[in-house]
Amino acid sequence: MIEVSNISKTFYAPHEINALVNVSNKIKKGEVVVVIGPSGSGKSTFLRCLNRLETADSGKIYIHGVDILSPKTNINKIRAELGMVFQSFNLFPHKTALQNLVLAQTVVRKHSKKKALEKAMALLKKVGIEDKAGVYPDNLSGGQQQRVAIARALAMEPKAMLFDEPTSALDPEMIGEVLEVMRTLAKEGMTMVVVTHEMGFAKEVADRVIFMDNGAIIEEADPEHFFTNPVHQRTKLFLDQIL
Amino acid sequence: MASDNRKTLKTKTYYLWVGLFFVLLTGLIGFLYYSTAKIDYVWRWHRVPRYFVYENNVEIKSEIEGTVHKISIKNGKAVILIKNEATGESYDIYPENIMVSQGDYVYMGDVLSTHKQWETGLLLKGLWLTLKVSVIAIILGTILGLFGGIARVSSNPALKWASATYVETIRGSPLLVQIFIWYFVLGTLINNILAQYSINPLPPLWYGIASLACFAGAYVAEIVRAGIQSIHRGQSEAARSLGMTYSQAMRHVILPQAILRILPPLAGQFISLIKDSSLLGIIAIRELTKATREAVTSSLQPFELWFSCAILYLVLTFSLSLIVQYMERRMLVND
Repeated sequence: MIEVSNISKTFYAPHEINALVNVSNKIKKGEVVVVIGPSGSGKSTFLRCLNRLETADSGKIYIHGVDILSPKTNINKIRAELGMVFQSFNLFPHKTALQNLVLAQTVVRKHSKKKALEKAMALLKKVGIEDKAGVYPDNLSGGQQQRVAIARALAMEPKAMLFDEPTSALDPEMIGEVLEVMRTLAKEGMTMVVVTHEMGFAKEVADRVIFMDNGAIIEEADPEHFFTNPVHQRTKLFLDQIL
Repeated sequence: MASDNRKTLKTKTYYLWVGLFFVLLTGLIGFLYYSTAKIDYVWRWHRVPRYFVYENNVEIKSEIEGTVHKISIKNGKAVILIKNEATGESYDIYPENIMVSQGDYVYMGDVLSTHKQWETGLLLKGLWLTLKVSVIAIILGTILGLFGGIARVSSNPALKWASATYVETIRGSPLLVQIFIWYFVLGTLINNILAQYSINPLPPLWYGIASLACFAGAYVAEIVRAGIQSIHRGQSEAARSLGMTYSQAMRHVILPQAILRILPPLAGQFISLIKDSSLLGIIAIRELTKATREAVTSSLQPFELWFSCAILYLVLTFSLSLIVQYMERRMLVND
């Protein structure tokens, strides 16, 4: 479903950083992949390259067999198929929770207002905040905002979901409600790539854990092996530090 | 609302400062009055209203030579019929002040009757023209600035550099020169082309409006650019990652948020534009400032008239401020 081969990405501002160095990976349909690593390891850049929010300097990325780095590809079409959830939610503050879910459906998918509203309501119900439909993001808690953001991405009926540290900006008591929604999604068979520091979630939900450091994939394994029996020294060090 | 919170926090010191403000204000007005009384000048404020509206004495004159054949008065209206060997002519007049009687012999240009009529004075006419010029220039300037600002943040180098060139040249050169160029260079060129197709030339008013709109547009473009760039990058990333195109994201996500931040500096720009319109007098557009200058020349009352002129500009700019504040508040409520 997602195929990455040999991508590299260098940032030049504020100073030169090799964010990704020859990264390759294959993510199958229905798989839940959790990407962990110290900050600055390139895991967010890796995720953002998958829907071309960052453009990889070299290498190939295929989504459903479509080469997304080719200039001939309509990237908007690909992005609509890949739901993205951000660390800072990025809800549209000038729209209510419900309108946040409706906007892209009507603008991008060209759905009728009625159909979009029905879908939006159903999704808000699914993430457990249908009673906040008419509320503006500023008046929602962080956990509620992130759930609206997940629902907003789901409204596009994506083939896969990308999560960029979805719980890192949340107060501890709100992390649970967001992870719960993600757990449900995983159970329903959604293909997910999750960048996170939530090791509990990784252990429980992930099919595969990827450890990145200095722009490269150091180690990948199923969670059981990964957490109990890491092979690389750097992985061990990292796990020792956070667990 | 924040202002409500503040109301509950009012203390004695608060009212003390309010009192001080009004004392200072009265002091300032008093000083102004004192200094105007001190200077060697005869103030004739009572003569100012005539520059707003005045009663004109209209004379109706005969256009032919002949005898007054008949004067008929009906329903408060009168008709004078003048006849000679060749032709006859009738005049509708007001019956209050008829200067001729039946059988009189009149020559061409003789006054048949006079009547009084209210007419708008120079200042009011000037005010109206200033308002008209400003409103049209504000609308055109906003449209120009909106596209200029959007082009400025575009990644297309043609658009980006065109906008930058426009903004820098217009902002960097005097409006006076621009008005000259619009009227004497572009105006001549355009009117010559129009003449070739036997279309009437455009009046100077339109070149004046164009120069103002073009000038304001450059500043508005910078305001719009700053507004767009002040919206967090995450907003456009969220919109784009949902599959929206650049223009969809701009239209539905970025601009609606930017507009609230754009409005206050925009109001300032529009106020500048209203005052800048005073330069249009140099291409014979009789807006408020030029009208005042003309009135001063004929009346020899410079102080009263220039004071009135300033107050009229204040009325325009302050109303504009209020309108923009109202819009801001309404948008905040809608949010």
